[in-house]
Amino acid sequence: MIPMVNPALRVLPEIILTLFGILVMLADAVMAKASSRKPLGWLAVLGALAALAASLWQNRLPAGDAFYGVVRTDAFSVFFHVLIAGIVLASLLIALDAVSDTTEGLGELFALILFGAVGMMFMTSAVELLLVFIALEISSISTYIMAGFRRKSAKGPESALKYFLLGSFATAFFLYGIALVFGATGTTRIPEIASAIAAGHTPAIIYIGLAMLIVGLGFKVSAAPFHVWTPDVYEGAPSPVVALMSTAPKAAAFAVLLRIVYGAFPLLHDHWTPILWWLAVLSMTIGNLGALRQRNVKRLLAYSSIAHAGYLLVAFAALSADGIAAASFYAVAYAIMNVGIFAVISHAGGYEDRLTLIDDYRGLAWRSPLLGGVMAFFLISLIGIPFTGGFFGKFYVFVAALHSGLIWLAIIGLVNSGIAAWYYLRVATAIYSRPSESSPVHSLPRPSLALLLALVITVSGTLILGIFPGGVLSSARAAAATYTSVSPVPSSSGTSAADTTAQH
Amino acid sequence: MLNESILTLITFVPALGAAVVFLLPRRGRVIPAFALLVTLVTFVLSLHLPWHYDYAQRGFQFAVNVPWIAHPAIHYHLGIDGLSLWLVLLTTFLGPIGVLVSWRAIEHRTKEFYSLFLLQQTAMIGVFVALDLFLYYAFWELSLVPMAILIAMFGRRRGPRAALKFFVYTFLPSALLLVAILWLYAQTGTFDFVQLQARLASGGFASGALWWVSLAFLVAFAVKVPVFPLHGWLADVIEEAPTAMAMVVAGKLGLYSLFRFNLGLFPAQARELAPLLVAVGVIGLLYGALVALAQTDVRRVVAYAILSNLSFCTIGIFCFSLSGLNGAVYQTINEGLSGGAILVLIAFLYERYGSFDMTQYGGLASRLPMLCTLWVVTTLALVGLPLMNGFVGEFLVLSGSFPVHPGWIAAATIGVILSAAYMLWMAQRIFYGQQSLLVSERPHLDLGLREHLTLWPMAILMIVMGLASPFWMKAIDPAMSSLANHPAATPLAAPATATSMPEPLPQGGAR
Repeated sequence: MIPMVNPALRVLPEIILTLFGILVMLADAVMAKASSRKPLGWLAVLGALAALAASLWQNRLPAGDAFYGVVRTDAFSVFFHVLIAGIVLASLLIALDAVSDTTEGLGELFALILFGAVGMMFMTSAVELLLVFIALEISSISTYIMAGFRRKSAKGPESALKYFLLGSFATAFFLYGIALVFGATGTTRIPEIASAIAAGHTPAIIYIGLAMLIVGLGFKVSAAPFHVWTPDVYEGAPSPVVALMSTAPKAAAFAVLLRIVYGAFPLLHDHWTPILWWLAVLSMTIGNLGALRQRNVKRLLAYSSIAHAGYLLVAFAALSADGIAAASFYAVAYAIMNVGIFAVISHAGGYEDRLTLIDDYRGLAWRSPLLGGVMAFFLISLIGIPFTGGFFGKFYVFVAALHSGLIWLAIIGLVNSGIAAWYYLRVATAIYSRPSESSPVHSLPRPSLALLLALVITVSGTLILGIFPGGVLSSARAAAATYTSVSPVPSSSGTSAADTTAQH
Repeated sequence: MLNESILTLITFVPALGAAVVFLLPRRGRVIPAFALLVTLVTFVLSLHLPWHYDYAQRGFQFAVNVPWIAHPAIHYHLGIDGLSLWLVLLTTFLGPIGVLVSWRAIEHRTKEFYSLFLLQQTAMIGVFVALDLFLYYAFWELSLVPMAILIAMFGRRRGPRAALKFFVYTFLPSALLLVAILWLYAQTGTFDFVQLQARLASGGFASGALWWVSLAFLVAFAVKVPVFPLHGWLADVIEEAPTAMAMVVAGKLGLYSLFRFNLGLFPAQARELAPLLVAVGVIGLLYGALVALAQTDVRRVVAYAILSNLSFCTIGIFCFSLSGLNGAVYQTINEGLSGGAILVLIAFLYERYGSFDMTQYGGLASRLPMLCTLWVVTTLALVGLPLMNGFVGEFLVLSGSFPVHPGWIAAATIGVILSAAYMLWMAQRIFYGQQSLLVSERPHLDLGLREHLTLWPMAILMIVMGLASPFWMKAIDPAMSSLANHPAATPLAAPATATSMPEPLPQGGAR
């Protein structure tokens, strides 16, 4: 622990977001009922920018704990903080573009996005399981509410209720897992759990506890077989919210999963690897096969997000140094391209989802070359074509898998990505087909400044990740390096063993 | 100085042009003219390569090798040898022709068309010059995307379907290719082609695993060529794609990769599979020829003619005799040139008469003498008339492979005869005989300046390549000699696999 650093600085991004959230909420209450809430959105954007800057600044702090070892800032937490702040920023811009001045409850929406982000950020920096749980709840409750924001549409409440019921079930699992782990080790602090296990004679309930933690988080990242809620929730929630909830809470949950399996249970490596192996295979396969049958674009992307969670879990099954870096990198690549495609969907479909089916997107590129081209670009990145972030993420994950000798996992994964090409291309070909006379793409709104900003951020991010991944890659490796001191190195391949030692 | 950056320039000038196209106004013919300029500049730049190529030296030239990504170790490594030299030239040569042939055919959304067209040029050139497997794979996959979008957006009525078929056909095997590449990296710690070649040749790998890896490479490339049972996408794509894309979609990328990787990295495994591929090649040759004979749509005739001609290259490759390999390279270039020319001619014919059905034509020779002349020149090049480029390639392949597989090659010669039959028959039905209704009721406009500019360079090159083949061969031959069987010289096979060579080496033609 480094006593010189003021503990408040270790949670600076969270503090900033909370303050801005409160500010937005208060301003919403005092503003005239009829006036537009869009300025509040720009205020929230400002907050997200400040949080982003604060997160980047945290990189200069020495790694260490605060608040009696509950919160930890290190390269890992900073990495995910920056990612979450970036996603929130882009999602706010997307929301600003999609909503109209009269959209109901807009101020609350912006405040909820900020509050949810506070929870997600705490998830990535917490090293105390109880704080992880609280942060998970903060993030989840905001997303439950946002999922049902279109109260007048039939699908909105369904989406929120389904998400809420299954979500609270999953958090219960998570909480029960914490209890069992506490019972087995006598602590809920992640580093202490690791040392308790290392000290030996931990009772067998720790395995059940670990399994429950994985189930709870598996739900949050929508890994199969805990994925059933995803398509319905994505379909019913407003598109800007889906842009956020399909990326940021997932990235945070993956960060927690990384913290838990590599931080608390590195010695049980042989026990959780097979579980994650199967979760990865099931998620990839079920996600992709499910997506093949979809006609609704948002449902299709929901299944695609299940598949991408599977690709990410492949990295968990790999060895630690490569695996953590690959998983972190993939989380970034996936988040950027997914937010990007939802930016297009949310603009083209609007807050009320005018475009739902793949056929509705016919001729988008003919009607608006910009939107069509950008959407095709993100589809290409989701397929995993080189020079995009999607490709490099996948590449890095499967390099890690093959380094660890997981040939079958790599083959299953890449065959899956071949299958995935089919359904992404169905959307892409629809975009590039000629539109019919009555096609809804003829009534597209003009792109707003907010949308253009969001597209610039996501497109350039995806290209940078695909062409010059070096910067993000080295940050991801620095994040991964925070774990190598505690993880065992079951070395089966000379190269990765050399990599691990190079980290020290 | 220029020698180090020339490959980078040639590769990325089109991509840069693609970016600039987006900024140009849509007015008039600004965009096609600019695309033409970019492709011409690229072509002129690429002329530097044969000019300064050191024909005496082996190995890769004009090389540039700088680290790109530190971990995993990926280098920006470019270089060419005698094989890729001419394929780069072929690609840059066909660039301006592709623009000229699209000049009138593409009226709407020119910005999208030409920027994707230029991006496609970058991807194809990149495939030929990349010597880092990651970089190579990146270009290989990239070459799918503009192609698929262009087919979907600018193809004929069923373009989107053809694009989807093309993409899925080629993408699935590419996924397995990526597994194979990553496996090689995991085993050796390098993506560098030269280093990998040395590592693999020194042995020490489980031959079973290497066999699977080489198979993943082979299938990915065979689909792209396409080799006979994997050709399902070809006819649809040739039929639906805009001409500029149909010209480049088949052949060179896949064949180049077979040469470079299957022969270069896995010589022993390639020899194990050789008898199968020769058989498949001959079947494809005959099958393509027979199907072509039965078509009345000129594009489908050409599609199956292309399948048939490409099978020729497969046969030449997998006989491993030096002249067979040389012939296969020559034939790869010919296919790009003559196959492209016939597709251009078909496009010009269609622009005049609006039909691809050859039964509707007849007696065109007297009305369009120039078009007819060039069509006949191209036809003769495709059927392999002596003094034309096709003859050199076919002769080398047949004479080189006959001693190795006399039975199969005897069957292949039937394919040569059939190719003459369907190509000449097509020319006869379109240009000679009674003038058809379609021909007589339309105005007859012979080739204009743009069309002359498109066709003559190709026609002249076909004849020059037939007369002066040593000019090309002096680069191809050294590159191929290291891949061929040398009965007396060094054994190529790794020790672990040396025993499993089912085919006897060519021994003076005796069998």
